Amino acid sequence: MKEGFRQSMAWLHTWSGLLVCWILLLVFCAGTASYYRAEITLWMQPELHAAASNTVSTEQAAATAQSAMQERAQGATRWFITLPGERNPALQLGWSKPSKPGEKKKGRRGNFHSEKADPSTGEVLSKPRETRGGEFLYRLHFDLHYMSALWARWIVGFCAMFMLVSIISGIVTHKRIFKDLFTFRPKKGQRSWLDAHNVAAVLPLPYHLMITYTGLVTLMFMYMPSGVTTAYKGDQDAFFSEAFPARAGEAKAAGVAAPLTPFAPLVRQAEQKWGAQVGLVSVNLPGDANATVTLRRAGGRDMSSKQPTMEFDGVSGKLLATYGDDPGGASSTHGVMVGLHIANFASPLLRALFFLSGLAGCAMVATGALLWAVKTRQKQAKALAAGKRPGFGLRLVEALNIGAIAGIPIAFGAYFWANRLLPAGLEERPKEEIACFFGAWALAAIVAQLRPTRAMWRLQLTVGAILLAGLPLLNVFTTQSHLGVTLFMGRGPVAVAAFDLVMLMLGLGLAYAAIKLKPLPARAAKAARPAVKADVTPDTAAGAA
Amino acid sequence: MSASAQTEKLPRLRLPEALRYRLGVASRSVAAIVGGYVLAALATMLLSVCLPMVRVEAVMTATLASFAIYTCAVLWVFATGSALRAWLGLLIPCAIMAAILQSMDALSWSLA
Repeated sequence: MKEGFRQSMAWLHTWSGLLVCWILLLVFCAGTASYYRAEITLWMQPELHAAASNTVSTEQAAATAQSAMQERAQGATRWFITLPGERNPALQLGWSKPSKPGEKKKGRRGNFHSEKADPSTGEVLSKPRETRGGEFLYRLHFDLHYMSALWARWIVGFCAMFMLVSIISGIVTHKRIFKDLFTFRPKKGQRSWLDAHNVAAVLPLPYHLMITYTGLVTLMFMYMPSGVTTAYKGDQDAFFSEAFPARAGEAKAAGVAAPLTPFAPLVRQAEQKWGAQVGLVSVNLPGDANATVTLRRAGGRDMSSKQPTMEFDGVSGKLLATYGDDPGGASSTHGVMVGLHIANFASPLLRALFFLSGLAGCAMVATGALLWAVKTRQKQAKALAAGKRPGFGLRLVEALNIGAIAGIPIAFGAYFWANRLLPAGLEERPKEEIACFFGAWALAAIVAQLRPTRAMWRLQLTVGAILLAGLPLLNVFTTQSHLGVTLFMGRGPVAVAAFDLVMLMLGLGLAYAAIKLKPLPARAAKAARPAVKADVTPDTAAGAA
Repeated sequence: MSASAQTEKLPRLRLPEALRYRLGVASRSVAAIVGGYVLAALATMLLSVCLPMVRVEAVMTATLASFAIYTCAVLWVFATGSALRAWLGLLIPCAIMAAILQSMDALSWSLA
């Protein structure tokens, strides 16, 4: 902080990164997984694998949905119909009923019912096992778990701000950012970790900056409400209805029954106007004379998260209003930034690149944390050689590193194993799966705190490798859509096969790291070189984390 | 009271070097996290009411930029020579922006 600009920025980079790196690693891992949250959910519901390949037009699907809803959702005041798209082959039907007077509230989603239906017949798909699937990982990356979402979002936002500061100050400290891209000096202890950190951070640097900033932007009106309150004199609702005008109408029920207009012509009209598919149909007060039908364009046509909507009279089918056809500059920018973060527009190849960049982000955080430990251990090398114990901070960081870098893959593995092994009819099954996630992780983290040694790294990396790489094998015994079927017989959804293969690769990566970490030969102790190899820190990339 | 005692300077309060360093870091951390946020929030307010755009667009623009402002403030706090300069560098622009907002009668709403 005193020696000069670059030095003070290096200091800032180190500390702003280190203090929050373990939470950031969790956020990065869960967020990266969220790119495939639909696929993960599909993988976690093997009962749906057979039905996951059909092609029905959106018009036909909307008509099917309408008759299915009229049959099954009687008395509901709101309908939500998600039409099938590329990544979700099933119809998603949801409806909410008003709570009866005197009825005990059943929580936030108490009166909301949702189910998946076949888009050609409207029949409910064979009831899959209950799971939160990829949705849990998605929520985890900003709502955390076992705490209020509000607190969690502030914590994650705080960490994201640290991350942003860390990235910017990290860029400033670089003398030769371009040259560093092509520098890797393996098996050189601290030097190698520095190079690995540079490559993981600099190569996808635009991605890291983008994902951090846009992450803050997704919740910006919560983190920075002062602009809204100032310009709108405290009336936040006025702002939101101006900024996000497509909020479904809050019309009162007329109390007079009237038949609902058919959806198919409305969908045709909207698709002609937009030149793109309709993604969501929502109905307010179905069956009432004041009913309205709102159609929203499916995501994926442009980068923005904001999709235009059209509102129709629910009885006559007359167009009432259109929203979001011509958003302002700042509003579009906001939509694109949020859209970039959630990447709904991404084609399969682009999505894979996002996923790889996310993994590089995990590697950046992990190697940064390891680098601090290796450096600090070197600073204490003399004392350590004299038989002293490592300082408190060093020991803590080394233990947290094991618990986070090797422990998070274990938690993910435990979650997926629990999905296959817990009985399908178990009460509160989703909760139990999540308990397995955190139980396994807590165990890994606590054991790491007790014995933060090189052997512990090996042990935990091996466990993670077995859990992840073992998933395809587990699938053979527990499902009909394992790699033998999906890969060699060409049946079953591609997403399931891809999930198995990615898990296999990640597991092999962890196994590679564990193998590279063979027990230190005795000669390391007598090595006189200053670049002593760290005792507890692995020499190979933990990028698989 | 002898003359020598009068000319003798009072021993300045000197904290140990390590403690001074730590206090400096602590002070800067508070300045960066709290002061930086206040600066960013005030800048957001000011831009929200001053940018020559439709109101909703101005608010959107200001809020989008707020995290960049926050980041710059944090970098300034740790880059500048002393913790005192860091605080002054935050407080002076904060005071100016608050004064402008006050004169526009827009400050009270932001604190609500």
